[in-house]
Amino acid sequence: MKQGLLAALFIARKDLRTEFRTKEALNASVSFALVVLMLFSFAFDLGREEFYDISGGLLWLVYVFAGALIVNRSFIREVPNDCLDVLIASPMPPWALFLGKTIASFVLLLIVELISLPVYGLFNNLQWVHAFWPLFGVMTLATWGITITGVAFSAVTVNVRLRELMLPVLHYPLLIPLLVGAMQVSTALIKGEASDIMQELRIVIAFDLIFTSLALYLIEFILVG
Amino acid sequence: MSAIAADRVWKYFGDYPALRGATLEVPAGACVALLGRNGAGKTTLLRILANLSKPSKGEVTVFGESARDEKIRARIGYLGHGIGVYDDLSAFENLILFGQLMNVPDTKAAANAALERVGLTRVRDGFAREFSRGMRQRLAVARAFLHNPEILLLDEPFTSLDDRAIAVLHELLRDALAKGATIVMSTHQIREAMELATQVALLERGKIVHTGPRTPEMLADPGWLYRMYEEKPQ
Amino acid sequence: MRDKAIYILGILGTLLMIWNLHTIFVVLPGEAAQGQIGKMLFIHVPAAITAYSYYAVAVVCSIAFLVTKNFKYDSVAVSSIEVAQVFTLVNLVTGSLWGHVIWGIWWTWDLRLTSQFMCFMLYLGYLLMRPAIAEATQRATMSAILAIFAAADIPLVVMAIRLHNVRTQHPAPVLETGGVDATWWPPLATGYFVLMLIAAALVLVRLRQETVRREIDSLRRELHAM
Repeated sequence: MKQGLLAALFIARKDLRTEFRTKEALNASVSFALVVLMLFSFAFDLGREEFYDISGGLLWLVYVFAGALIVNRSFIREVPNDCLDVLIASPMPPWALFLGKTIASFVLLLIVELISLPVYGLFNNLQWVHAFWPLFGVMTLATWGITITGVAFSAVTVNVRLRELMLPVLHYPLLIPLLVGAMQVSTALIKGEASDIMQELRIVIAFDLIFTSLALYLIEFILVG
Repeated sequence: MSAIAADRVWKYFGDYPALRGATLEVPAGACVALLGRNGAGKTTLLRILANLSKPSKGEVTVFGESARDEKIRARIGYLGHGIGVYDDLSAFENLILFGQLMNVPDTKAAANAALERVGLTRVRDGFAREFSRGMRQRLAVARAFLHNPEILLLDEPFTSLDDRAIAVLHELLRDALAKGATIVMSTHQIREAMELATQVALLERGKIVHTGPRTPEMLADPGWLYRMYEEKPQ
Repeated sequence: MRDKAIYILGILGTLLMIWNLHTIFVVLPGEAAQGQIGKMLFIHVPAAITAYSYYAVAVVCSIAFLVTKNFKYDSVAVSSIEVAQVFTLVNLVTGSLWGHVIWGIWWTWDLRLTSQFMCFMLYLGYLLMRPAIAEATQRATMSAILAIFAAADIPLVVMAIRLHNVRTQHPAPVLETGGVDATWWPPLATGYFVLMLIAAALVLVRLRQETVRREIDSLRRELHAM
């Protein structure tokens, strides 16, 4: 088990190292986030006060669209040169490979989110700094849910035609309960009315627990078959 | 106890049997040239031996244990069609990573030694994507031999190598055999492969139809074994 | 033998349906608040329950496939899901029509309609993904995984939507079926039974098509290998 966790960290480090070298996915993701933010500004012509009611919702829409670019690439990185075969043939257990890649995607997506948040606040004249730490907590929990399911689907669609089209169709519907919870908690936090968010938070945590265990258990079937 | 024993292995892709009860026993220290036409199932069989695929029926044991055991996987080196190295990491970083994953004790030293054996020490910090094709192939070979595997599974390793890479691979294989490694190598009777081979096995439509020592006739005449089996009445 | 089963189920289902429709429209009086249109209930609710039954069958078969690797489970799973999708659509369309006639709205995000729609979306992904995987074993494995993920998501969806609707003071489920007259239960139950029979016949038809297709695929591969 310890060997597995160590292997997971090696894989996470490898993914992060290659990504920071090229920054392809990071750049694309941040750019996409900015474009979506801009589009929202055109789409919604709300007054400052009314905007607070949808602040959490829009924030997570930005995150989930930009996040797709990061998460979808996860297993696709292993396809050139047949690296995936070498990883699976190694003594590393399949769940360790999966966990490592999830950790890497998690870190990358969190970075994109932290960059987008101030820009979001700026464009929409939103006061969010007062709620940063609780917001960061929600971001961490919900981003884990997005990445663990996204990386699992990335493994599923490695050999699928039209995988860029498939992933949103498969992934987004699954995320809806997670996003509903995250959006409501975020809106409440930004508005400063966070007295009773425990129930929504519980959904986010339940999502994380259920899908983390399910994905870790089923990943062997996906990778080795 | 054989080093590798595949016992009546079947592999279905959908309802199509790519392997139909293939049985192969490889004694320790042997070098088996796995022959067969395209589509006979060579890659499928090798992938099952390397734990990349599970047999639909039948069993594979390596050193008497299930091939899927973690400790066994650490003793196997696999070189498939793809080179299996990361373009965005340097040659050295690639070998360090795979050394760590293959439980190599002193990864830095092992990586440096491997780079030297394949003649890539000068470019150890170069990114794999900048390498020429021959250099990439040598890096792939370095990766496969990095952890001094006792079992080597190679899928058409000599195909499309340049002469320098062929020489490097040939030498590494010879040295591995001298140290007692067991090798299963699929090949289209490339001369270098047949020279090293001590046994041959012929895979035809998912079944092993011939196993035996590699004879001088086979070395001299590449198509000899195929003709033997073609002339047999249906 | 299977053909016979299909015919029997189909004919039985149709006859029962005719009898049930007769009961619903001729024998029962109109519902107090909604008139005859309230009888949309008799197809709306059983359609949903039939759909859920077959989603459940599909999930069980998916798990069975992962364990046994036997393709017949995969065939039953895809057939069940396709039929369940049809019944979900029936449920959504009847719900929408009903809502329009009674309340003047084509749609609302109440708990029931939303969860039904989510089910439809999740399993639509399943049906869209299948043709995109060329190799049969992989296709079956990935489909099974997807079916299990989707099923695990449903309870979370219900929890989330319920909470959301309470929070945003959404109108209560518009298509409330509580307070149904006692005489309505027998045709309702019969309606469910009828739809289950018809669904079973449809699943068997689809299953036969899957079996033939698998055979053709394997023959085709065998031909190529020669």
